[in-house]
Amino acid sequence: MATAVQTVERENYLNANYGIKSWLLTTDHKRIAMLYLISITAMFWIGGFFAMMIRLELLTPAGDLVSSDTYNKLFTMHGIVMVFFFLIPSVPAVLGNFLIPLMVGAKDLAFPRVNLLSWYLYMAGGITALTAMVMGGVDTGWTFYTPFSTTYSNTHVIGAAVGIFIAGFSSILTGLNFIITIHRMRAPGMTWRRLPLFCWSNYAAALIMVLGTPVIAITLLLVAFERAFHIGVFNPQLGGDPLLFQHLFWFYSHPAVYIMILPGMGVISEIVTCFSRKRVFGYEFVALASIAIAVLGFLVWAHHMFVAGISVYAALVFSLLSYLVAIPSAVKVFNWTATMYKGSIRYNTPMLYAFGFIGLFTVGGLTGVFLASLGIDVHVTDTYFVVAHFHYVMVGGMVMAYMAGLHFWWPKMSGRMYPEGWAKLSALLVFVGFNTTFFPQFILGYMGSPRRYHAYPPEFQVLNVLSTAGSSILAVGYVLPMIYFLWSLRYGEPAPPNPWNAVGLEWMTSSPPPTHNFDETPVVTWEAYDYENQPQEEVTIGH
Amino acid sequence: MATSDIQVAEHALQHHFADMEQQRETSTFGMWMFLLTEIMFFGGLFCAYLVYRASYYTAFVEGSQKMNIWLGATNTAVLICSSLTMALGVRAAQMAKPKLMIALLLVTILFGLGFLGIKAVEYHEHWVNHEFPGPNFHFETGDPEHPATDAQHTEIYFSLYWAMTGLHALHMIIGVGLVLWIVLAGLRGAFTPHYYNPVENVGLYWHFVDLVWIYLFPLLYLISKKHGG
Repeated sequence: MATAVQTVERENYLNANYGIKSWLLTTDHKRIAMLYLISITAMFWIGGFFAMMIRLELLTPAGDLVSSDTYNKLFTMHGIVMVFFFLIPSVPAVLGNFLIPLMVGAKDLAFPRVNLLSWYLYMAGGITALTAMVMGGVDTGWTFYTPFSTTYSNTHVIGAAVGIFIAGFSSILTGLNFIITIHRMRAPGMTWRRLPLFCWSNYAAALIMVLGTPVIAITLLLVAFERAFHIGVFNPQLGGDPLLFQHLFWFYSHPAVYIMILPGMGVISEIVTCFSRKRVFGYEFVALASIAIAVLGFLVWAHHMFVAGISVYAALVFSLLSYLVAIPSAVKVFNWTATMYKGSIRYNTPMLYAFGFIGLFTVGGLTGVFLASLGIDVHVTDTYFVVAHFHYVMVGGMVMAYMAGLHFWWPKMSGRMYPEGWAKLSALLVFVGFNTTFFPQFILGYMGSPRRYHAYPPEFQVLNVLSTAGSSILAVGYVLPMIYFLWSLRYGEPAPPNPWNAVGLEWMTSSPPPTHNFDETPVVTWEAYDYENQPQEEVTIGH
Repeated sequence: MATSDIQVAEHALQHHFADMEQQRETSTFGMWMFLLTEIMFFGGLFCAYLVYRASYYTAFVEGSQKMNIWLGATNTAVLICSSLTMALGVRAAQMAKPKLMIALLLVTILFGLGFLGIKAVEYHEHWVNHEFPGPNFHFETGDPEHPATDAQHTEIYFSLYWAMTGLHALHMIIGVGLVLWIVLAGLRGAFTPHYYNPVENVGLYWHFVDLVWIYLFPLLYLISKKHGG
């Protein structure tokens, strides 16, 4: 990275000072975002390695590559790493950290030192969890269901739980920082109705981080205590209730999927409007839909427990409430589509990823409606249908949005352009690879193939082979960006301040921005996404 | 005096804020938001308490009768007094009386340590009576005339008792550390009427931890005096 910035003349956050200490002790939100980028990329590859092992095992019906115990550990560690150490921090901690102060016209987040602390907590949590994995792993599933996790499993549950507990505080502090920053640090004229939708959706996600994460923290702490000191809150032998664990766990972990998807929706809102050259359709509705998703998201958790033995009346209410989440989600999808209608659309890489997001998120969302209905849920519970649904939302939705955002703001973050041709190829590979991997799993699940088994009947082999083949395409699609982003640091064309001719305060400062973000505090006098009143300049890079 | 106050205040202004007012409002807002997360953190335990108290009411009554109400009540009084001295300490910082502030905060620390000491005595009593959940747990009412009617579920009561009061005690220990940090900063003359928000925020935290105990005391100690509910 040091060599890349030598040719950039203007002082910026990357060349302001050098040396490992200037990075590890930085309080600059942009540098902390880069620290997060490096660490969550490492976590992504670790989680991806576990996923590839799972897919390789499932290439043949017999359980021949790994033992069933190892397989249990593989899917558990894949889930823990990807959910808690990649998806939850991904867009907020990297793009949110970098962009929110820029977008609201502030010099930094409200609490810069707390922001650095949150990265250290993330690292401490990550290293703790990884240590538990290296020492022998965990086999409870990422959900830690009791009493298996508290009494029977003889793997490193405490290490993994404590790792997630620590990383949870990193998430809480990030969310807290975002909320306070958006409330208190906005530049003059940056009213709530002019706030970029990326900030709105991160604000909504931050509300969930702040209100939900403490509950998972105390729950996992109780699991760890129960293993370590044999206190009996969830132990049925003492009259404890395993269902209480599931309630507390999903009270966080269901809203947590909205922590993962909401920031991604914010990315898509920014990109769709920019590459359609039109003001986003129904700005207020898209903004408030984020808040509605965050609020409704707290009221639907027990739809994960329809077959766990909750009362049928509770199940009915939770089913109904779960349907309601589809409304604000659909508002967003319709408004993105309406934004594109009659827009002058340009097919740059971020927009290709955004197309992928809208399509795949719609499939993931609609199958979520299937799962919210009691009758179908009983049929497909714990099958590959659920796995496919979840991955359509999380990988097809969230990872797509993360990649879209990384490409869109990479010129701003690094000061370099990425190679457009390779990037389009990778977007295509990710889309094709993803669908080949996960669409067969819908069919597998509907035919009754249960998840979390390392062997399966021979008649399921064709679909499983298809899925494994798709996952290798997907892997190539993810390796490519890693290579050309690194390549672009040295050889990429220097990025102009506003390569996409986009509106938004982050594009009004240089690329990469100076340490203090803006030479003078900006004063906002225009509406958000005012593309109609902007001169229609041609984009200089790619087309 | 006034100009040096403002100099200290300007020194305390962090680079990314426009003025002291924005900085103070931001940090106080941040503290309130943090306390909200603390409510959710304890909320999980209060939720578990509610569920099990409804399921095993008799066991909860029998468990709570093993609590030393007098020590618990004394501790409640100690904490309320500590909140008073804390509040007066914040006021002293506001009124530019640093010596008074330091004195009041030292008294607050003494109250805090007093609370922890009394709590330790209680914990010791429960420990020697085998009222700690785990393999050595053993429960009897201590009155052979009235054996426990639901001894098997008292272990859940004690699990929650130790978890809730233990987490509260941990917050107290952190609180004592924070007040000590304010005292040390106060000795260096860090605070003025223009810049005292760390004092105010530590005060908010202290009151919050106090308030948690105000709920824990009746929920754990005062369920019912009558035998067997």
